[in-house]
Amino acid sequence: MTHEQVALSVALEQAAPIPLDVSFSCRAGELLALIGPSGSGKTTVLRAIAGLYRPASGRIVAGGDVWLDTARNIDATPQARRVGLVFQDYALFPHLSALDNVRLAMQERAEPEKTRLAQELLERVHLEGLHARRPDQLSGGQRQRVAIARALARDPSVLLLDEPFSAVDRITREPLKDELAALHRNLSIPIVLVTHDLDEAQALADRLCVLHAGKTLQTGTPDELRTRPASALVARLMGDENLAPARVTAADQVELSGVPLRVERVAGFAVGQEVSLLVPPESIAFADRGAGSANVVDARIVGLQSLGELIKVTAALDRGGQRLSFRRSRNELTSRNLSIGQNVALFLQPDALHLMPAEPASDQAPTNRA
Amino acid sequence: MDWTAFSLSLQLAAWTVGLLIPLSILLARLLAWGNFRGKSLIEALIMLPLVMPPTVLGFYLLVTFSPQSALGGFVKWLFDGQLVFNFAGILIASLIVNLPFAVQPIQRGFEAIPRNVREAAFVSGLSRWETLRRIELPLAWPGIISAIALTFAHTLGEFGVILMIGGSIPGETRVLSISIYDSVQAFRIDDAGLMSTVLLAFSLAAIAIVHALARWRRTPAP
Repeated sequence: MTHEQVALSVALEQAAPIPLDVSFSCRAGELLALIGPSGSGKTTVLRAIAGLYRPASGRIVAGGDVWLDTARNIDATPQARRVGLVFQDYALFPHLSALDNVRLAMQERAEPEKTRLAQELLERVHLEGLHARRPDQLSGGQRQRVAIARALARDPSVLLLDEPFSAVDRITREPLKDELAALHRNLSIPIVLVTHDLDEAQALADRLCVLHAGKTLQTGTPDELRTRPASALVARLMGDENLAPARVTAADQVELSGVPLRVERVAGFAVGQEVSLLVPPESIAFADRGAGSANVVDARIVGLQSLGELIKVTAALDRGGQRLSFRRSRNELTSRNLSIGQNVALFLQPDALHLMPAEPASDQAPTNRA
Repeated sequence: MDWTAFSLSLQLAAWTVGLLIPLSILLARLLAWGNFRGKSLIEALIMLPLVMPPTVLGFYLLVTFSPQSALGGFVKWLFDGQLVFNFAGILIASLIVNLPFAVQPIQRGFEAIPRNVREAAFVSGLSRWETLRRIELPLAWPGIISAIALTFAHTLGEFGVILMIGGSIPGETRVLSISIYDSVQAFRIDDAGLMSTVLLAFSLAAIAIVHALARWRRTPAP
């Protein structure tokens, strides 16, 4: 079988002990990031794919092979699934050298071939000259490379990465991310990355799958999920802060605490219906026109937080007090001479405003103001 | 100096280690990772010889093994022999007495292996047997070494149980510790002193050797 055909489809369902309602697929050569807060079941999903956890019901097909099909009582052992798994803390064999860690994962190969291939893999992850070191003699980043080389040693049909950057410091993380991106370009198998780090996921993944309380809420490209989330919950999990309750007042208009705003379309919502409005940060601009012009709102600066090169600006609308956050360069803010307490006019770009079903009251409580 | 007793003590220790360690590895692995009903009961039974007076244990074994008992009768019928007052009897007693010394350190050794290291072996394609051989045993090695040292040294010094079930038959059940006792009873104090010194030196050496071995095993390959 050629690698082009290889793909992964996962469907899991169970009520207890860990509730799961998961469904996603991953194309060959695609990197899918499973994101969600801790406890959302990300690692359990990964363990189920690897055969280390058996859900009550489900079906997993990888590279044309059925690994799990509870309806037909198929449950392949981890050994029988051609899977490469990079554990969160790497789980290297502590008593073996880097080379032997990789060699041991090549059970099916002939002896002389093992050493040659293991050396090639270690060189591929840039571990030249460290083949004889044991894990305790390697740095965190080097251990991660050994773990990746070991995961690839079986020539897997799926590569699974469980929070691969959580065990290394920030300085080591950046080059490792670049290397993972390079590896992804050269691998023609599905890669599933589990992470709670949104920036990491958006930087590396072709598509994201949002998991919450064991349930897959939405799958899509990072841009889709960020600007067109299916629900306010997905928006919050994607780190969106600018969510506000609003009401549809016309076919192209909503009202946000009494302020009419033009939107591109209100597809799926009736006039008079309560909705959740997402104002993506990149859709907010300082308006040079005064209030009264279309989609210009009066607000007051209530927060300026440095993010390095960028500054996070938080403004509260004069009507209703709804807070909106967005990012601006340090230079722009200096030239505008902005300070806390100052009144500004903001333009909200109509085609970027996104409507979602109104949130049930219970979901609104923990507003993400991080 | 009773060289026969000395040789018998070494044989008993060697047989005990040779038979008990493989059995303990299986038992310890089961207890370390198994989650089954009755696990606590089995653990308690294994620990029992630690807290029971050796004479009490010896008494029960004597009653159990005597030709009049069911087990003793069965052995008599099967082998036309018996388990009391001979080497086989003291060996079985020694295996039972040493269970906690053999199982405990190995169980701790297995428990110290992170679960995900075993899972990594499975995901890497290693069968359960290969995982035991290539991953678990090498990682539990310090525990196994401790078990060997403790069992060996403890068998050399065992007295009460052996006296109860084996008596003091030269060349059959009179091990060094019993010979020391007999010498003192017969006022051969110099003999007892010499044998005690030998036993002390041997126990020390046994422990030193296995610890050196454990350290050697841990040193990285060049």
